[in-house]
This record gives sequence, structure tokens and C-alpha cells, in this order.
Amino acid sequence: MIRDTVRAFVTDQILPRIGDWFEQGFLPKELARNLGGLGLLGMHLSGYGCPGASAVAYGLACMELEAGDSGVRSFASVQGSLAMFAIHRWGSEEQKQQWLAPMAAGEKIGCFGLTEADFGSNPAGMRTSARRDGGDWILNGTKMWITNGGIADVAVIWAMTDEGIRGFCVPAQTKGFTANDIERKLSLRASITSELVLHDCRLPADAAFPEVHGLKGPLACLNEARYGIIWGSMGAARTCYETALDYAKTRVQFDRPIAAFQLTQQKLVDMLLELGKGTLLALHIGRMKDGGRAAPDHVSFGKLNNVREALQIAREARTILGANGVTLEYPVIRHMNNLESVLTYEGTSEIHTLILGQAITGKPAFT
Amino acid sequence: MKIVVTVKLVPDTNAVKRIDPATKRLVRTGVETVINPFDEYAIEAALALKEKLGGDTTVTIFTMAAESGKEVVRKALAMGADDAVMLSDAGLEGSDVWASAYAMAQALKKIGFDLIICGALAEDGNTGGLPNALSEYLGVPALTNARHIEISDAKVKAQRETDSGYQVVTGALPMLMTVTMAVGEPRYASLKGIMGAKRKTTAVMALSELGLEKAVGTGGAKTEVVEIAARPARGKARVEEAADGPAGAKIIFDFLKERKLL
Ligand SMILES: Cc1cc2nc3c(=O)[nH]c(=O)nc-3n(C[C@H](O)[C@H](O)[C@H](O)COP(=O)(O)OP(=O)(O)OC[C@H]3O[C@@H](n4cnc5c(N)ncnc54)[C@H](O)[C@@H]3O)c2cc1C
Ligand SMILES: Cc1cc2nc3c(=O)[nH]c(=O)nc-3n(C[C@H](O)[C@H](O)[C@H](O)COP(=O)(O)OP(=O)(O)OC[C@H]3O[C@@H](n4cnc5c(N)ncnc54)[C@H](O)[C@@H]3O)c2cc1C
Repeated sequence: MIRDTVRAFVTDQILPRIGDWFEQGFLPKELARNLGGLGLLGMHLSGYGCPGASAVAYGLACMELEAGDSGVRSFASVQGSLAMFAIHRWGSEEQKQQWLAPMAAGEKIGCFGLTEADFGSNPAGMRTSARRDGGDWILNGTKMWITNGGIADVAVIWAMTDEGIRGFCVPAQTKGFTANDIERKLSLRASITSELVLHDCRLPADAAFPEVHGLKGPLACLNEARYGIIWGSMGAARTCYETALDYAKTRVQFDRPIAAFQLTQQKLVDMLLELGKGTLLALHIGRMKDGGRAAPDHVSFGKLNNVREALQIAREARTILGANGVTLEYPVIRHMNNLESVLTYEGTSEIHTLILGQAITGKPAFT
Repeated sequence: MKIVVTVKLVPDTNAVKRIDPATKRLVRTGVETVINPFDEYAIEAALALKEKLGGDTTVTIFTMAAESGKEVVRKALAMGADDAVMLSDAGLEGSDVWASAYAMAQALKKIGFDLIICGALAEDGNTGGLPNALSEYLGVPALTNARHIEISDAKVKAQRETDSGYQVVTGALPMLMTVTMAVGEPRYASLKGIMGAKRKTTAVMALSELGLEKAVGTGGAKTEVVEIAARPARGKARVEEAADGPAGAKIIFDFLKERKLL
């Protein structure tokens, strides 16, 4: 029923407009309230106005959202799995009380600032710093490629301190905090991506997440969002496959529907196989997660495989649509371009390969 | 106030439907069952009233359907209804509008109600006759094709949609009402609603609980399907030629007006 609801929402509210949003590089802010009204923001968290759904239910919602557009799913991922999860997992009771319920309702928007221009795959080298000044914290630095940055009410910022990396809740109206949206993207256009500048941002002592030190703080959050991508990517792939199948049945060349050619059938069947396998993989990892048995390696396994295969499916679908495949009249090239970002963010495919490589050989090959 | 919404479970609107030539009845197996789309508007109207009236207003879903439809009824609960009652009995098979209405009326008397809201039409049976028969058996007035419903002090005021506009109609509870799509788009079931629906009750009633005095099922049907035929093939399309844009627009305008679509 969760799948049906999200699918109906995407069909009614997203699909008729997404082509235009993508073209204009725009995501309407009221989408937050709509998704919040459905209960999809932070849906797998419990308490503080969050419904506490299962990992599988959360995955299904990601799948249906991304069957609409990866940008819409990214919005929900960043809000629920990065910003809200960070506060839920690492925040103080006051931070949870202040932010989680309005974020679940979509009244407040969050973003998650880890990446910097010079530190992407290697966030441990980050330059953004936080130093103590009496009872306060002073934050300085620049974060890059931050989804929802320009529309956020609160930013979860990871910064280097004397005690290692720590996380901070930075309200967007904090003096010295500015967000500059990144224009000219050709991928995830229906998603806001921004640079965040922190210039002598003074925050009270309790802005820092109390317990967590080091990279395990942000990595725990990334693991949640990556899990959603395992499902989401299959949603995008499903749309591409279905579009290609429909098109192939009706497009006539050499007096026959192109679906009647063996080469086309080969493509469609290959797409179907990977779509089926990837969806089963998502379901399997989801059930492991619900059983408390999913380790970060499993999530890397799923993210690496499913995004790679989704991109391959999108590209094959694109060829079946011929010239129509390169226009926004059909969803395929939009998904294809979006998936390029999905391949890179939340750990590039190379980084997930190295994580799995280390898991099976015991030898880290990152440096 | 107790609002009961009658909801019919129908084969998926988009599915290809088949009539069994032997029984002359719609084949209901092998196709997904959904809430009759018009009834989703009835649910929306009831939930909107509940929100507006607050207090002890409750919304009960009532359906006459096989017990296998319980999962489908859950969607109505997920949208926000408080509970549901199903009248499920093999003895109902073959009931026509009158027999269905009679059985449903007895069940609704037992459930109790201040207001019954029905959809305007069932997508499969398509008679639109059931609500009126129901109001007759229940002895309550029927306010049909309502939109903009206001209720205070057990008095109802609504706009009754007609071909050319609307009438303002008033009446007193208890009553039965059918609603049009103008009552507002049915809400989505939220995640909280979906999860909460698992804890709501769907009671199942059998005919034996109703103490019926008339026959229902095939024996109680006043109508008999004598023959079924496929819809005649669509006639040739009308082709109009227009000299220019404005003339074309005029032709389209006249056509839509003639079909009462404008
Ligand atoms: C649309 C979009 C939205 C984003 N949203 C967010 C967000 O909300 N929050 C956030 O913090 N970040 C976000 N990011 C940033 C994203 O997580 C980073 O882009 C990603 O981690 C890669 O970093 P990079 O771009 O600096 O690439 P680099 O790290 O410079 O990598 C370049 C290439 O080198 C490869 N490489 C790097 N190290 C190794 C190695 N050891 N061995 C082999 N190959 C290697 C990479 O795999 C890649 O192919 C977003 C990115 C995009 C595109
Ligand atoms: C000879 C004959 C045999 C039939 N046998 C069967 C049978 O075996 N099984 C079967 O399911 N149908 C059977 N039907 C059809 C069934 O009787 C009608 O569908 C039913 O009476 C309602 O009529 P309708 O569908 O035209 O509803 P309409 O009058 O178009 O419906 C209007 C509204 O009434 C309410 N409503 C209608 N039906 C129900 C219901 N069942 N529960 C709750 N609310 C409802 C809904 O709110 C709906 O929007 C038979 C019909 C005939 C003529």
C-alpha cells in the first residue's frame, strides 16, 4: 500500500511536471510539505513525529520516488537519511526536539555538508574547521555539492576540531552562513545543489552533536542514504525499461515493430534480467537491514551494482528510443543523466569497489 | 455524529473485463480489486466533514463484498476512516440492485448512522440506482449529487449539482447522500495512516445476523440478465473541415457544447 500511495503521488503530482522542472533546473519548495504530508520524510526513523516504517517500506518509497526522478528521491534522501538521520542518531535531545518534527512534516528543510571542493572521496582531509571560543564554536570553511543547500533551514555541517571531525547543526540564518546554488548542471537538474560558505559562524556550545567524533559520524548517515539508492536506482531503471518496452512495441521500422527484432529483444531481456536481479538484491538487503544484519559492505555491494546496472539499462533504453531518446519528451535521457550523479555521490563506484575489495582481500587500497 | 460511507469493491478500472457467458455476470477473479473510484470521493467528503465537525464524529466504511476484499478496505482505513464493516455472505451472490439494497439496508440499520454517503455510480454495475433504493428501504431522504456540504445542528445544506449549475438543498439528519467529484480530490493514504490502519477493526457480518424477511441473492433479484452482447463497433468518426483557426475553434466549441462538455 505504501508503494501504491507513493506511485499514485508520483504519477499525479510529479510526472506531469518533472520534464519542465528538469529543463528549468527547479524543484518547487512545496514538494517538501507534500512529501511530509505523506509521511515520507524520515519515514524509517521512530519518535519525534516520524512514523518508524521498516527498511523495506522505506526502500519501496525511494524506488517509487526515483521512478519519477532521481532529484525528487535525492531530496527525500538528504532530508530523511542524511540530515534527519544525523540529528536522530547523533543529536542532543534538544536538537531532536527542535528539528525532527518540523523536518518530518516538510516545514523545515535540512541539508548535509560533508564534501568540499578539494575533498570528495577523501573527506578525512576536510579543511572546514570549528574552534572553541569561550563557550561558543566558530566555524570556517566551504562545503561543495550540497544537495538542498540553497533551500535549507538547517545544515548539518561536519568540521575538523581539535578532537577530530565533529558534526554541527547550523541554522541557515546564522551570521556568516551563505549558500550559492550551483548552476549549469546537466544532471539532477530537478534538485538544488549548492556551495555553502561558513565565514566566522558563531554557534553556541550545544550546536555540536554531543557524542560522536571522527568519520564514523557522517559515514553512519551515508550508509542510510546509500541504502535508499539501492532501491531508488532500480526505480529509475524500471521507468527506462518500461518506456523502452512500450516504445519498441509501437515504433515501426522495416514494416515491423522494432520489438520484433531479435537485437531489440536481446536488449529488453538483458534490461529485464538486471532490473529483476537488482530489485531482488534491494529487497534482500532491505530484509537483512530489518533483521539488523546488514553491514556497510552489503550496502556498498548493493549501491555499486544497482547504480551501475541502472545506468546501463538507461543507456540501452536510450538506444531503443532512437532520436526520441535524446529529448525530454521521454523520461529516459533525464534518468540517464541523473544516474551519472547517483553513480558519483554517496561514494563513487570506485570507492565502493575499494570498500568491497578490502572486505574480500583484507587489504585497503585507498592510498 | 456517525457517518457511514458505502464503498463498492470493483475490478481495477484499467483491467480488461470479461463477462462469464454462463452466469452472465462479471468475472471478478484474476483481476485486481480496487475501491470504486467514485467512492473515494465519498470517503474524502466524509473525512473532510469529520475534520470540520471534529468532536465525536466518526467515519465507518461499509461494503457488501466477499471477505477477500478486506485488504482493499484497508486502504479506506489508511485514508483516515475509523473502522469498517463488511457484509460478506455467499448467499448474496446474484443479488441485483433491489436485493443488494435490501440486504445493505438491514446491515446499515444494525450498524447505525446519522449520515450515509454513497458514491454517485459504481464503475462496474453502473446503474447509479443503489443509493436511491437504499434510502427507500431505510426510510431516509436521499440528497443526490451533492457538493459543498455543510452540517450544523443535525441540519444539512449542500449544493446539488445539475447539468446547468447547482441547487441549494437543505434537509435534516438522518439522511443519505451521494456526492460528485466536485467534493474534492481524494487524499492519499499517508504513511502514518497506512501503518495505523493495521490497528483498526474491520468487522465481518453474515446474513444470518440480519434476520432478513425477504429473499436476497439470485432468488431475491427482480431483474434477470437475459442476454449480453459486445458493445457495437464505434461508428465512423465525424470529420470537419475548417477554413482557418477561428473557424476550427468554433466547430470544436459547438461540438463540446452539444455534448454538454462546456
Ligand atoms: C548532484 C550532486 C549532489 C551531491 N550532494 C552532496 C551532499 O548533499 N552532501 C555532500 O556532502 N556531498 C554531496 N555531493 C558530493 C559527492 O559526494 C562527491 O562528489 C563524491 O564523494 C566524489 O567526490 P569528488 O566529486 O570530489 O570526486 P573525487 O573524489 O575527486 O573523485 C574523482 C574520481 O577519482 C576517483 N577516486 C578518488 N579516490 C580514488 C582512489 N583512492 N582510488 C581510485 N579512484 C579514486 C573517484 O572514484 C572519481 O572517479 C554531491 C555530488 C553531486 C554530483
Ligand atoms: C441479475 C444480477 C445479478 C447480480 N449478481 C451480482 C453478484 O453476484 N455479485 C456482485 O457483486 N454484483 C452482482 N450484481 C450487481 C450488483 O447487484 C450491483 O452492482 C449492485 O446492486 C450495485 O449496483 P451498481 O453496481 O449499479 O451500483 P451503483 O448504484 O452505480 O452504485 C452507487 C453507489 O452505491 C454504493 N454501492 C453500490 N454497491 C455497493 C456495495 N456492494 N457495497 C457498498 N456500497 C455499494 C457505492 O457507494 C456506489 O458508489 C448483479 C446484478 C444483477 C442485475
